[in-house]
Amino acid sequence: MNKPIRAVSIFCMFLFLALMANVTYLQFWHADKLNTDPRNARVAAAAFSRERGLIQVGETPIAQSKPIDDRYKYLRVYPQKQLYAPVTGYLQLGSQTGIERSQNKVLSGEDPRLFVNRLVDLLKGDTNQGGNVSLTLDPKAQRAAYQALRDTVGPDGEGAVVAIQPKTGRILAMVSFPSYDPNQLASHDREVREKAYDRLEANDHQPLLNRAIQTRLFPGSTFKIVTAAAAIENGDYNQDDKVPSGATWQLPGTRGDQNVVDNEGRGGCSPAEISFAAAMENSCNTAFAKMAVKVGPEKLRETAEAFGFNSDYLLDLGPQARSVFPESVVDTIDGKEQDARELNDAETARSGFGQFSVQATPLQMAMVVSAIANRGALMRPYLVDEIQTASFDVLETTEPEKLRDAISPQTAAQLTDLLVSTVDDGTASPAAIDGVSVAGKTGTAQRGVEGKPPYGWFTSFAPAKDAEVAVAVMIQEAPGKEIAGGQLGGPIAKAVMEAVLNK
Amino acid sequence: MATNSALMGFVHRRRRGAELFLLVLALVVGIGAYASVGLGIDGEVPTNLLAYGGWLTLLVVAAHVAVRLVAPYADPVLLPVVAALNGMGLAIIHRLDLAKDTALASQQLTWMTLGVVLFVGTLIVLPDHRLLARFTYTSGLAALVLLIMPMLPGVGRTINGARIWIALGPFSFQPGEVAKVLLVITFAGYLVVHRDALALAGRRVVFIDLPRGRDLGPILMMWVVSLGILVLQRDLGSSLLFFGLFLVMLYVATERPGWLVVGGLLFFGGAATAIRLFSHVQSRVDIWLHPFADPDGNGYQLVQALYGFAWGGLIGRGLGEGSPERVPYAESDFILASIGEELGLTAVMAVLLLYGLVVERALRAALISRDGFGKLVATGLAAVFALQIFVVIGGVTRLIPLTGLTTPFLSYGGSSLVANWVIIAILLRISDQARRPLPDLTETEDADEQATQIVKVVDR
Repeated sequence: MNKPIRAVSIFCMFLFLALMANVTYLQFWHADKLNTDPRNARVAAAAFSRERGLIQVGETPIAQSKPIDDRYKYLRVYPQKQLYAPVTGYLQLGSQTGIERSQNKVLSGEDPRLFVNRLVDLLKGDTNQGGNVSLTLDPKAQRAAYQALRDTVGPDGEGAVVAIQPKTGRILAMVSFPSYDPNQLASHDREVREKAYDRLEANDHQPLLNRAIQTRLFPGSTFKIVTAAAAIENGDYNQDDKVPSGATWQLPGTRGDQNVVDNEGRGGCSPAEISFAAAMENSCNTAFAKMAVKVGPEKLRETAEAFGFNSDYLLDLGPQARSVFPESVVDTIDGKEQDARELNDAETARSGFGQFSVQATPLQMAMVVSAIANRGALMRPYLVDEIQTASFDVLETTEPEKLRDAISPQTAAQLTDLLVSTVDDGTASPAAIDGVSVAGKTGTAQRGVEGKPPYGWFTSFAPAKDAEVAVAVMIQEAPGKEIAGGQLGGPIAKAVMEAVLNK
Repeated sequence: MATNSALMGFVHRRRRGAELFLLVLALVVGIGAYASVGLGIDGEVPTNLLAYGGWLTLLVVAAHVAVRLVAPYADPVLLPVVAALNGMGLAIIHRLDLAKDTALASQQLTWMTLGVVLFVGTLIVLPDHRLLARFTYTSGLAALVLLIMPMLPGVGRTINGARIWIALGPFSFQPGEVAKVLLVITFAGYLVVHRDALALAGRRVVFIDLPRGRDLGPILMMWVVSLGILVLQRDLGSSLLFFGLFLVMLYVATERPGWLVVGGLLFFGGAATAIRLFSHVQSRVDIWLHPFADPDGNGYQLVQALYGFAWGGLIGRGLGEGSPERVPYAESDFILASIGEELGLTAVMAVLLLYGLVVERALRAALISRDGFGKLVATGLAAVFALQIFVVIGGVTRLIPLTGLTTPFLSYGGSSLVANWVIIAILLRISDQARRPLPDLTETEDADEQATQIVKVVDR
C-alpha cells in the first residue's frame, strides 16, 4: 500500500502549496489593493488613531490632535470653533471635509513629500506623524470679517465674506455665517457627533454650507463692474465718455411693466446721457443695461470668463459652486426643448446688471475686484501657504500663479478710477477709510421672488493704487434690516480692509 | 529480501529527548504569544501569566511523560507541533477575548485539558492500534448515530445555520468531529478485509482500470451519506471531508486510481447538482466568486477577513495592534485571519508548515507501519487532517468557496479540539508500533536449540 500512500503525500503537498501560494498572493501582492480600498474600515481607523498634523494660520493652530485616553488615542480639536470651521472642515472616522479633506494626505502623513520623515520616524521608532498645513488666512482679517458679518446680519442671518491679496491670490479671509462648532462633529462619542450633525442638517440656515464658495447668487449691481470692464476693454466707452441712461427703459423686444428697467428712485440716472462715472456712482440699471446690449453677449461673456466665470480655479478646497455667465438659452415651447440659442437683447440687458441667469459666488466677485486691483492680472486664489513636517520644517511653499490677464492694465486703471469715485461720491461711501483711497461697488440683487428681500453685495479693494486687499461681501439674509445698497455690506468690507491695512 | 533484512536490521531511536526539547520550544511559542498579547493590549505582562504558563506546561509535560512511558518509540515531532498550535490558538483566542470582552480562552483551556486527558487515556487504553480493528462495525454504527443525532428533535441544535450540534446539558457538542475519527476506523477495518475484492479490475478505459460495477456498493453508500449531510444538515464542509476521506482510503487500500476517477466524477456531479438545487450552496459559491458584490451583507465576513490578511502584510501588525474582532467568528472558523492580520504572512506560513508537518508525520507513520490496518488508519487520519485544513484555510483565504469547519487545534471549539487530540494519540500509537524494534526471533529457527531448550524456573 506504500505506493498510493506516497501518491497521497504528493497530493497533500500540492494542497499545502496551493494554500501557501494563495495566502502569499493575498498578503503580499494583493494587499496594497485591499489596503487602499476606501471601504476598508481598518485603514480609516488606523489613520484616525495617528497623530495628525496641524492646520495653522500664522503660528496659531486652528486644528490639532490632542492625545486622549480612548481607543483612537488622538482627538481632533478646533480651538477657534466657528471662526474657521468652513475652511478647516472637520475630521471623522473615515471621512473629512474642508482642508482636512483636501490636505488629508499631508495631515495624515501619507503624502510622498513626507516620505523621508516617515523613514526617519520608522528608524527612530516614533509613530508616524502627519505634516502641518499652514494657511494663507490673516487671523485679524478673518476675525474682523466674522465679527462684522455676525453683528450685521444677526443670529438668524446668512452671509459670506472673502478677502484676497490681489498681487498673489492669497485668500486672507474666508467667512461663512452661520457657522458651526467642528469639535462636536469630530467627537469620538457617536451620540454627540450624530446629534450635532442632525441638528446642523435640520437648521434652515444650513450652517454646514461654506457660502463663500458653495453659494452662488445673482451678483446684482456688482456685476456692473464686469459690464464696464467689457465696454472699456472693447473700446465702446472710455471712463470720460458719456453713456446713455434714462429713468426707465422698456427692454428691446418686450412688452409690459415687468420688462421695464428702472433705477429704484436714484434720480442721478434719469438724464438721457450721463457721465460713465455718474452711472457707476449711482449704479444706474438703465445705463448698464444699454451698455451691455451695445457690448453684446459674446464680448460680455468673454470678459466674465476672463474673470473666472464658467470655470473652476480654487484647488485647495471643495466642493465649490461654479460661477455662471449663461452660455446659451434653451427655450421650451409646448413642453419641448428647442435648440440652444444666443442671449437676446433683453436677456443681455438684464445680465449687464447681474440678473437674468448670471450667478456668482462671493469668491468669484472677490476675484473680479482683485484682478482690477492687480492691474488686470487674475491670480489663482489659494488657501494653503506651506506644507511642513511635524517639526515645522518647510517642505513646500505655494508659489502665486497668474491665471491670465483678465483685462488690460489701462482698462483696470480706468475701472479703478470709476470705483474710487463710487466710494468717494457714490453709493459705496460706507466703505470709505480715512486717509486711504478705496475702490468699491455696491450690489443689490433681486431674488426673482415677489415679497422677498433682495441679496446684498459689496465689493471693494484698497489702497486703490497699490492694493493689498480685495474684498467681497455677500449678505443672503439679514432679518429686520434693510439690505439694499451699501448700508450693510460696506462697513463689513471696511472692517476687513482696515484689519489688513493696519497690520 | 535484501531490503527487507536491511530494514529488519535498522532500529529506530526513541528520540524522546528531542521531543522534550521541541516541547520547550512549543511552550515558548504558546506562553510567549500569551504574554505578548498582554503587552500589546494592556502594555503589561498578564497578571495570570505564571498560572497560565504553569498549567500549559503541566499539560504538555503530562502528555510527554505519558508518551515516554507507554509509547516510547512514538514519533517525536507530532506532540510538540500540536502543542505549539494549541498554545498559539489559546493566545489568539485570549487576544480576541480582550477585544470582545468574552472569556472563551479559559473555556478553551478547559477543553485542552480534557483533550490532553483523553490523549493520555487513549495511549494507555490502547496498547496496540490493531485492537481498534475489532470495532470496525461498532464504530461505523456509532458514527452514523452521531451524524444523525443533530437531526433528532430535542437533542439537535441549529447554530449559525448548520444543524450539526447536539446539546448535552449545558454543553453543545459537534458530533461530526468525533464521527470523523470513528469513520476512519470503520473504513480501515472494512477496507483491509475487502481490499482484494475491491481491487479486481473491471473495464479498462484510457489506461485506467475501472472497478467492477458490483463493487460500487460501498462508494455509492458513502456518496449518499455525504449528500445527506449536505442536504439535511447544510454542512458543506463535513460532507466534502467525509467523502474525500473515503475516496483516499479506498484508493490506498486497493491501489486502483480508477476509484479516484469514479469518486471524483460522483463528487463533482453531486456538487454541481447541489449548487443548482440548494440556495445555501449557491450563495456560498456566489460569495466566493464576488465577495465585494455585497461587502456589508453576505460577503461581509469574507471581505473583512481578506482586509485583515492584507492589513497584516508580511510581518503583521503585532498582537493587539490590529482589529481582528471585525471578522465575525474570528475565534473559530476565521482564526487564521486573526493570525494573518496580527502576525502576518510569516506566521501564516509557519502555521501552514506546522500543519504540513503533522500530515507528513502521519503519512510517514503509515509508510513504515507493519500492518495494513495501521497504514490505512494513519493515512485516513492524515487525509482528514489535510482535507480539513485545505477546506477551511482555502475558504478563509478565498481559494475555494467557504465551508464551515474548524481549524484544528487553533479554533475555539471543544469537540474539535478533543477529537484532534485523540487523533494525535492514535497516530502516536501507530508510529510507536511501527518504530518499535521487532522482537528478536532468529534463535527460534534452529530446531536443535528448540529441542534442547532449558526453561529456568524461578521461584516467586
